[in-house]
Amino acid sequence: MQLTQRAKSVDRSPLTWLESIYLWNILKGMAITLRHMFMKKATIQYPEQQRSFSKVFRGLHVLNRDEAGRENCTACGLCAVACPAEAITMEAAERQTGEEHLYREEKYAAKYEINMLRCIFCGLCEEACPKDAIYLSQTVAPANYARKGFIYSKNELLIPHPITEREAYVKALGDRQPAHSTNPVK
Amino acid sequence: MNVYLIAMDSWYIVEKLILIGALIGLSFFIAMYTTLAERKIAGWMQDRLGPNRAGPFGIFQPLADGGKLFFKEEITPVSSNRFLFLLGPALAMIVALITSTVIPWGAAYVGETRTVALQVADVDMGILIVFGIVSVGVYGIMIGGWASNNKFSLIAAIRGASQMVSYELPMGLSLIAVLFMTGSLKMSAMVEYQMQHGWNVLYQPLGFLIFFVCALAECNRTPFDLPEAENELNFGYHQEYSSMKLGFYLFAEYINMFVSSAVMATLFLGGYDIPFFDESAWQGSALVLSALTFAVMMAKVSFFLFLFIWIRWTIPRFRYDQLMNLGWKKLIPLALINMLISAALLLFLNK
Repeated sequence: MQLTQRAKSVDRSPLTWLESIYLWNILKGMAITLRHMFMKKATIQYPEQQRSFSKVFRGLHVLNRDEAGRENCTACGLCAVACPAEAITMEAAERQTGEEHLYREEKYAAKYEINMLRCIFCGLCEEACPKDAIYLSQTVAPANYARKGFIYSKNELLIPHPITEREAYVKALGDRQPAHSTNPVK
Repeated sequence: MNVYLIAMDSWYIVEKLILIGALIGLSFFIAMYTTLAERKIAGWMQDRLGPNRAGPFGIFQPLADGGKLFFKEEITPVSSNRFLFLLGPALAMIVALITSTVIPWGAAYVGETRTVALQVADVDMGILIVFGIVSVGVYGIMIGGWASNNKFSLIAAIRGASQMVSYELPMGLSLIAVLFMTGSLKMSAMVEYQMQHGWNVLYQPLGFLIFFVCALAECNRTPFDLPEAENELNFGYHQEYSSMKLGFYLFAEYINMFVSSAVMATLFLGGYDIPFFDESAWQGSALVLSALTFAVMMAKVSFFLFLFIWIRWTIPRFRYDQLMNLGWKKLIPLALINMLISAALLLFLNK
């Protein structure tokens, strides 16, 4: 039964004498390897050169701030509900007077933890978030010696302050522009 | 008069000792850097870069490899024969190192008072000594495989022995045709003959090819590395070896490659003969000539080493029956025919 159009029948005829001393075929093979010696190498010299991630790559999470540096997250819990791996936990708190420069709305996340060992990097939290407060960046989770090292709290997740730590903020933002922003970050 | 003679003799011994030391050092040095070349060329042929982290272009990689082997735990299997277990790698190494003594490495340095040959021993049966010692080399594999008390190692040792024996025959037969022409077993005489009459490879291309294939087999290089077939025999005869004993086996392989390259260069590519140049017409200092001829010899050796590596990274290992068929049914008849034709031609031309 023929399964594909491209099937080739294998030649099983016995070798001729010339073939049986292998010489000609070995020379052909050696020509191929010699040609490959001078070809462009596929190697990327890792620590010095790094291949850029794809545009749609989903890596470590980042908790976003607005242009004034206030945290976007209102601890609504939609991300935790959307999370299929149940990797997100949070505790909400109410904003006190005098904290308006820290949190954008009256409610904020006092504690926000993502367990990177549970997380499957599906990006559903990003899709669920109504405040553009969480997004997945283009970095991978680094290795760690202990399990608790993989539970990322707000310290690790929050994006650097856009005014006081401008450079780190732009770097963390990558090629991603905040959706609500009227003046895009350069 | 007598005092003078004694002085001469002690100088002679010192000179030879220095030469031996230099040769051993050279063998180790070349073997070290052949391992690097092997990995580099393997990388290039597979569109990779090869090791490049230890020092510029990875030139300290062999030191790192050697250091690693030294610090590995040394294990001697309980049920092994301890004396033979030690003797195996030692023998492989010693045999690999001995062979280089009869090869002329460059033109003799002709000074005002004395002549220094760049050859440890210019014995009359030079090439036969190489053959004799190389065939002892199989004991390194056999003893190692036997002493390990491991079935895989034993099978590998048997394979190695039968392979070496089978491929020494066509090797010797193809050599005979060369000996017809040069008329001497002395290595230096062979080089001198080729200086006058042109390289042997021009007259004995088939003999050269057979000799080369057999040299691959004698060195246990791919495609003839059946004794260490990792996919069927788990590394064969050196499976039970660890640390520097394993290192000695691996290193001996590279030294063997180096020496057999030198032997082939001497037999077929004119040894230290500088191509298209008449050494006797040299006007400059003798030291420079010696150095130049040595460099040419090394260039030829490097060419062969590259060829060894190139072949290794091109073709897969032979099956055992293919190995035996090639050796006994193809190479031996070819070598015999080559020998007979050369003999007939030489007889005809001499008349």
